[in-house]
Order: sequence, then structure tokens, then C-alpha cells
Amino acid sequence: MSAVIDDHGHAHAHGPAKGLMRWVLTTNHKDIGTMYLWFAFCMFLLGGSFAMVIRAELFQPGLQIVEPAFFNQMTTMHGLIMVFGAVMPAFVGLANWMIPLMIGAPDMALPRMNNFSFWLLPAAFLLLVSTLFSPGGGPNFGWTFYAPLSTTYAPASVTFFIFAIHLMGISSIMGAINVIATILNLRAPGMTLMKMPLFVWTWLITAFLLIAVMPVLAGVVTMMLMDIHFGTSFFSAAGGGDPVLFQHVFWFFGHPEVYIMILPAFGAVSSIIPAFSRKPLFGYTSMVYATGAIAFLSFIVWAHHMFVVGIPVVGELFFMYATMLIAVPTGVKVFNWVSTMWEGSLTFEAPMLFAIAFVILFTIGGFSGLMLAIAPADFQYHDTYFVVAHFHYVLVPGAIFGIFASAYYWLPKWTGHMYDETLAKLHFWLSFIGMNLAFFPMHFVGLAGMPRRIPDYNLQFADFNMVSSVGAFMFGATQVFFLFIVIKCIRGGEPAPAKPWDGADGLEWTVPSPAPYHTFQTPPDVK
Amino acid sequence: MMRHPHVWMGLLLWSAMGQANAAWTVNMAPGATDVSHAVFDLHMTIFWICVVIGLVVFGAMFWSMVVHRRSTGQQPASFHEHTRVEILWTVVPLLILVVMAIPATKTLIDIYDASESDIDIQVTGYQWKWHYKYLGQDVEFFSNLATPAAQIANQAPKDEHYLLEVDQPLVLPVGAKVRFLVTAADVIHSWWVPAFAVKRDAIPGFVNEAWTRVDKPGIYRGQCTELCGKDHGFMPVVVEVKSQADYDTWLGERKAEAAKLKELTSKTWTLEELVERGDKVYHTTCVACHQAEGQGLPPMFPALKGSKVATGPIQDHLGIVFHGKPGTAMAAFGKQLSEVDIAAVVTYERNAWGNNKGDMVTPKDVLALKQGQAQ
Amino acid sequence: MALNRLVTRLLLLTAVMFAFGFALVPIYDVMCRAFGINGKTGGQYEGSQVSDPSRAVRVQFMSTNAGDMSWEFHATADQIEVNPGAVNQMVFVARNPTSKPMSAQAVPSITPAEAAAYFHKTECFCFTQQVLQPGERIEMPVRFIVDRDLPGSVKHLTLAYTLFDITARHPPVAPAATQAAR
Repeated sequence: MSAVIDDHGHAHAHGPAKGLMRWVLTTNHKDIGTMYLWFAFCMFLLGGSFAMVIRAELFQPGLQIVEPAFFNQMTTMHGLIMVFGAVMPAFVGLANWMIPLMIGAPDMALPRMNNFSFWLLPAAFLLLVSTLFSPGGGPNFGWTFYAPLSTTYAPASVTFFIFAIHLMGISSIMGAINVIATILNLRAPGMTLMKMPLFVWTWLITAFLLIAVMPVLAGVVTMMLMDIHFGTSFFSAAGGGDPVLFQHVFWFFGHPEVYIMILPAFGAVSSIIPAFSRKPLFGYTSMVYATGAIAFLSFIVWAHHMFVVGIPVVGELFFMYATMLIAVPTGVKVFNWVSTMWEGSLTFEAPMLFAIAFVILFTIGGFSGLMLAIAPADFQYHDTYFVVAHFHYVLVPGAIFGIFASAYYWLPKWTGHMYDETLAKLHFWLSFIGMNLAFFPMHFVGLAGMPRRIPDYNLQFADFNMVSSVGAFMFGATQVFFLFIVIKCIRGGEPAPAKPWDGADGLEWTVPSPAPYHTFQTPPDVK
Repeated sequence: MMRHPHVWMGLLLWSAMGQANAAWTVNMAPGATDVSHAVFDLHMTIFWICVVIGLVVFGAMFWSMVVHRRSTGQQPASFHEHTRVEILWTVVPLLILVVMAIPATKTLIDIYDASESDIDIQVTGYQWKWHYKYLGQDVEFFSNLATPAAQIANQAPKDEHYLLEVDQPLVLPVGAKVRFLVTAADVIHSWWVPAFAVKRDAIPGFVNEAWTRVDKPGIYRGQCTELCGKDHGFMPVVVEVKSQADYDTWLGERKAEAAKLKELTSKTWTLEELVERGDKVYHTTCVACHQAEGQGLPPMFPALKGSKVATGPIQDHLGIVFHGKPGTAMAAFGKQLSEVDIAAVVTYERNAWGNNKGDMVTPKDVLALKQGQAQ
Repeated sequence: MALNRLVTRLLLLTAVMFAFGFALVPIYDVMCRAFGINGKTGGQYEGSQVSDPSRAVRVQFMSTNAGDMSWEFHATADQIEVNPGAVNQMVFVARNPTSKPMSAQAVPSITPAEAAAYFHKTECFCFTQQVLQPGERIEMPVRFIVDRDLPGSVKHLTLAYTLFDITARHPPVAPAATQAAR
């Protein structure tokens, strides 16, 4: 794919409005993207600080810092905030910034809705976090909020939790509609679907996943609301309902949700690895098909989260086989990335370091995922720290490292300055070591028999838990350092050229750095 | 081939700590049943397949990272597709998956065959304890965490089986096929004994089935594995597997005890008899906090001597012993002690250390209270 | 305009998926009855079968009180041997030991789950709600047929009832049992 630009052709109209109202009323995709990214980073630090509470309590056996009831609120809020507050908004932020630049569009297709979908988020999370201060405490039933613990036995604040989920859901759905409308309607002439960068492709598929499953999540929390306040019995056996139904509906949302959090990272990494290998992406077409296959399979594997609820053996076999199949398209992607690097001319700037760590560590998470797919073995792994290790290996190096890689890759375009490469590399290595120190030992304690979501544990798990906590503190502290690097980059640094990476490819590098407030007001010509 | 694969895994993954130090266990234990061995073998098979694939993939990556770096003067190639290779790496993983699926399917079908059991036990999850009922045997009891609160609060050294100890373990005979009928009374719990590779969700309103056949006597420990509220981390599972003869003796004793208790409950008690029995109960169950002379350890553990509770209305006193006092260290003894022992200890507390109320609670009163409450 | 049409379609898709979330409830119910998920049994069985004296199946009875339920509740026998096809009866006993009228709902569950589809109840106290006055005791029959087509591998099955206190939701207005939707 090569994009040739004759003329930037953007009319230099007006810049941004002045003052605070610029941010409140903005309909500019770059402003909104920036707000999404900052919001996500704030949530990342907040969710991370909850993780620090968890790891501090688990530093040693015995109860030291928090009560079990508060510990449960911390695990729940950590999960909810990281999933809905950090990872998803960060990807929406990247989509807002980069999709119009990558396809040669002047803005998102629905700019006013874009503004609204962002401003719903602070409202939603204010509502959610405020429940921590309510009598009875915040949500304490895990981010998966299984009924009846989250209905009949829930704290009073569960209603606020439900409304917060509704707001996040509406925000995500509007964001997804906007992404689809932008990609399908605003591509520059000549930018055929099969010429789009993979980040655009993966986001297109992610957006369809969002539209397919966020309404189901909204449905399940609505059913909870009705059970709690209006006397229905969707999830209560006493009234003819079934608590297991909750899990089926939740995971029908929950499994595609996992891919919502990883597919955009696949896309970003598929731009970054070729850029620093100075070689075109290997197997572009198969990448697109693999992404589609993963998205499709994600709809028929949900019950692998429920292998121990007592599904009939035929069902277990079906979900086991279907889940194992996901390894095939995922494997194709990994092989393609490795082949892209093969016989390239590699350099290891921060985006590349994060991208390589992404491939290696995500693959390790994939391996433990394959082990978890084997139903009989899952009877031993299920709800232990092995699962915690697995999904943190998928989500931290997957989603979070993917976001870091993207941030470093595009920071010069956003700010007009090069970030400090030495500090960025330090950030990478501290994150890399901290992350592995925190999460690798969790495989061991899980296999040795430590259940997840417990505030206290037997002495046999003590040593590895201490290692995990040290790693987690290290990882957590390092992210404050990332904030410093970003601020430093915004305030100054070596001016970035339009295309700071010699191997990079794509329309976003044809506009100056920093990207002007308005770009591609006359569409570029793509050959 | 590999006699002790877990040791190798230890060396591989944690080379410094691969020695047989229990605290640094890195792998699943093979367990004590045929099923758990099958699951362990499955686990190790997949693990090694993953290791081999990992070595190939990461090997290629690292090769690339060392050899194909720009600083070595490497010129980038320009290939970007190769249909035959792409088909190959779609088909080969598919074949590997099929190879993995065969033993997994076999083991799964085995795990699901709970038919023709020798013993059936109903396992019911409560917030936050397990209840076991030997179906057709008239034997049932609660199994509570036995780790003292002082250990959890770091005021006493922790035992080896910290948080994995209960007052009354589930007892099974060796070699018998035991079917578990798992259910719950409130929220969803999950009953897990790693050594048996048995893990089943306990769901209110519905019954799940699991089974095991344990090869060798011993004590096996596990925990609740589904978040079930505040004390999710404090409801362990302990199973004691005995020889058939020892099991029969145990079961006989439990039945005799149950019969005797029934008799004692219906018997007419005098104040003196209750005080005498209550003295014993007090000195095993209550003395640690409320102290030998009822003086307590204020402010954490209030005195009973001359207290408002022990000299106040008798129903309130019984209520606190029965239900506990939320927000304090006072536990609910309604399900831990028999009717007789609760009646005895309340009567004792009202008539010891100069409390001299002269009134009494009978086991029938306790039974009435119990039947007015949750079972 | 193409954009409007696209957005309308996407909004429609959102609405359809929201509805689909609710549609999963009846879909799940159908799946449950078809595959015996959670050991769920069907409603009242109207058919009749001829007894097969050559085969005996052990049926075990289990009774559990949900968390805050205070009734005494148990079957009058632990287990019985039945012939597939024959109509059998078991009596459960319930007593309300409290000082207030209460209503209750029993929820049945069969294990092994694959046997659930072959267990037919011609009469069951679980079809209705029970209302008991203080101290009142009732005997509640369940009549059932184990289907002749029960797979040969199933030698015994367990019928478990969990009794829920539904006084708060269905105040016991009249002693007569009200017809439930089950």
C-alpha cells in the first residue's frame, strides 16, 4: 500500500477557540481525541491506585491494611475502571485522532455526537466512583457482577453502578457508530477498504463488536435493575429465573469485549512493526481476515468462562473446541508480525520496544489462554490466580503496551516534538520488568491453588505474592514517570518533522507535525 | 519420558528457586485421584506444546532482533506475502489442536460420568461456610473456618494450614466412588479440592453433580473459588479420607451423637444439670475472649460478669449467643453448637460469677428459636 | 443521504441487539429444557406411559432451604426404586414454625442433567406457591413418571427441591395456593 500525496490542500481556516469552552464545546476530532486520551490516563492512574491497595494488602498473609469488604470493592472498581475507563476510552481517543488522519478525512463523520459521547464518560465515572463513599460502600461483587451477589445481596449503591454502566454503554455505542460512519463514508478518493491501514480495519471490526455487544450489556444491567426494583425474577430461582442465565448473557457481552480491548492494539502494532523493520507488513490480507475470524469466533465461545457452572458435556465440548480454534487466527497474526521483522532492518525506538514486548508477552498470554480452553484442565485453573495471570498478560502487554507503543509512535505528530528517547526506553524497561515481576508469579500461585479475589491466603503463597506486589508497585510508579515524559514532550523537545520515522507509511505522515487543527479539508488523492 | 515434569518446569521458569521448597511451588500438584492425574498429564502436555511453539516463534523473533538490525548494516527485504507458508501455518496449528483435543475430550467425558456412586453427599454453600449432608445416613453438619481470628489479625503466629482449617472436615472412605450434589443457599459459591480436580459451582436453586474416588487416605484442602461476598477468602474445604473401617467407625459415632443429641434435647433438664454442662461448654468455647471469671478483655471483649446482657432479658441473651453480634468479634453460635450446649452455656452465664439470675433456657427453647430462623 | 441511512441502520442494529439481550431469556429457557441445563424440568406432563418392570431406577430426594427460609421441609423417604413408565408418588412435608403466615416457592432440579428431559411430573407442589399459617403443617405430593426412553447409562437420579421464602414478594393474602406461572 502506498499513499502518494500531491498536495496537502488544507485551507488554513481558523484555529481552536480560546479558553475552557474550547474543550467543552469542541467538535474537533483532535481535541476530542486528546480529551479521551487524558481521561483514559487519569482513569488508568485511578484504577492503578486501586490495584496498589490490592497488592499492598496481599503483600503479606494476614489482614493488614483493608477489611475484606473494602478489598472486594477495590478488586471490583479496579476491573471496572481499567476496562471501561482506561483501555476502551484510550482506544477511542486513538481512533479519534488517527482514523481521520489515516483515511484522509477532515474530521469524524458525526462531530457533535463525538463531543457528547466523550462528555458522558466523566459523568459515568463520577457516578461510579462516588459510590465508594456511599453508606454500604461501592460495588463489591467483582467486575463480572454475578447475580445474585449483585442483585439480592448487593449494596444499595448497585443502582448507581447500573446507571454508570448505562452511560458508559451509550458513550461507547455512539463512539462506535461514529467510527463506522467515518470509515465507511469519509475515506479519501482511492482509499479502498483493502488499502486502509490495519488500525482502521481493526477499529472498524471493533466498532461492529461494540454495537453488537454493548446493548446486550445494557440489557443485562437493565434486567438487574428490574430484578432489584421492579419485582421481576430474571436471575432469581425463587421467581422462576436462573442465576446462570446472568452469566450467559454477561459473557455473551464479555467475551467479545475482550477482543474490543485488544483488536485496536493489533492494528496499531501492525503499523509500528513494519515502520521500525523498514519492510511492508507481511500478509496484510490474511491479517484482515484473521481479525474478522477472531471477531466472529468471539461470539461463540462465551461459555468457556463458565466451564464449572455445570453445562452439559456436549456444550462443554462445543465451547472447548470453538475456543481452541481462536488460536488459529491469533497464531496467523503472530506469525505475520514475526515474518514482518524477518530480514528487515530493525531499530529499537520506544514504540518498537513496546510493540515487540506486546507480541512476546501477548503470545504468552495466548498460551495460557489455550491451556484455559481445555475444559478438564480449566477445572483446576478456573477462578485461580492462573486466570488472573492469564488476563493480565493479555491486557497489560496487549492493550496497555499497545497504547504506549501508539502513544510514542504518534506523540511527535500530536505535539510537534520528539519525546525523550532515553526516558522512554527507561519507561519501557521499568514497565517490562515490573509487569513480568507482578504477573508471572501469579501463574505459580494459581497452579499451586490460590483462588482469585481473596484478601488473605495460606503461607505457602506468601513468597510469590510478595514478589508480585513488589513488581506491581514498580509498574505502578513507572506510569507516573510516563506522565512526566508526555508533559515534557508537550512542553518542548526536538521539533518533529512531518515524518519522524523513516520506515513509517501512511497518510498521517503527510501532514506537518504537529498536525494542524484542520487537516484534509480537501481530500488527498490516494493511488 | 519426563518423570518429574514439575521439577523441570521449576528449573525452566524459576531457575534459582527450582528446589523442592514448598513455598516456591511453581506447578500444579498431580493430586490423589485418577481424574486429577489425567488432568495433570493434560496440563503438562499442553504446557510442553506451548513451550515448543514458544521456542520456535520467540527464537525466530530473537534471531531477527539480533541478526536483522540496522546497526549491522542489514538492508530490508521487501517480501510481504507467501501463500504456501501462510496456508502451512494455518493448517499445522489446526492439526496440533486436534491432537490436544482428543485426550481432553476423553478426560472430560470421564469427569462427567458420576453414575453408580457408592456414597452421595449434598454439599451446600452458605455465606460463608460449607454444609455437608450424607444422603440417606442422617448425618449432616456445618464446616466452619477454624483459624483463630488472632492469626488473621496478625496477633498470633500463623499455623501451617492457616485459613485452610475447619472445625469439622468432610470425611470420605478411601477407594469409594463419592458423588457430590452441589448447591447453595444464598449466592453462588464454588467447591474446589485441587487434589481431586473437582471444582463445581454451587448455585442457589439448582443442583450440580461431581464425583471423586480417592486412592490414598489423607487430609486434602481446598477453598471456595467463586466470589461470594465479604468472607469469600475464609470458607475453606477440608476433606479427610479414611480407610473404610475408620470411616464406618466415624459414621457410626456421628449417628450415635446425632441420636444422643436428639434425646438430650427432648429431655427435661434441671437448672443444676444445665449449669454443670454449661460450665464445660463455656470453658471450651467462650473462655478465650470472655475469660475464666467472666471478666472479659475490655474493650474488645466485654465482661459477662454483671453485664447487662447476662443479667437482662433472657431472650435477648439467648439471641446474642445464637445470632452473634454484627460488627463485633461475637460470632453466631446457633449453627456451631447444639441446642443443648447453647441452652447450657446461656444458663451457665446467667448463674455463674455472682450473676445468680436463677432462670434457665431449655434446649427446647433453643429449638424453638432455631425453627423460627433459617435452617 | 448515505450518512443518514448508515447511522439509522446502525441505531437499528443497536436496538435489535438490546432486544436480543432480552430475547436470550426465552432462548435460554428453551435450551435449558432441551438440554436439561441446570436440571430444569418441564411443566405438567399430560401423557401416560406403560410401566417397564424389567428395569429399575433409583430416585433420590433432596430438600434444601434457601438462605433465610425457616420452614421445616423434607421428603418422607430418602429414595425409592421406580420402574420407568410407571406413575410414582412421593410426599414432601412442610411446616411453618414461625408466628406469621408465609408463602413459599419450591424450585426443582434434576441430576444428572441429561436425565431432566426424561423426568415428567404429572403433579407437583412446585407448580404452585405454598401458603402456610403459623404452625401449620402440610403434606405435599409430587407424582412423576420416569420416561421409558431414559438412557440406559442413567441408573439413578436425584430430584432436588430448594424452598424459597417469597413472603415479601407474594404476601400470603389467602390460605389458598395461588397459581404460579411456572
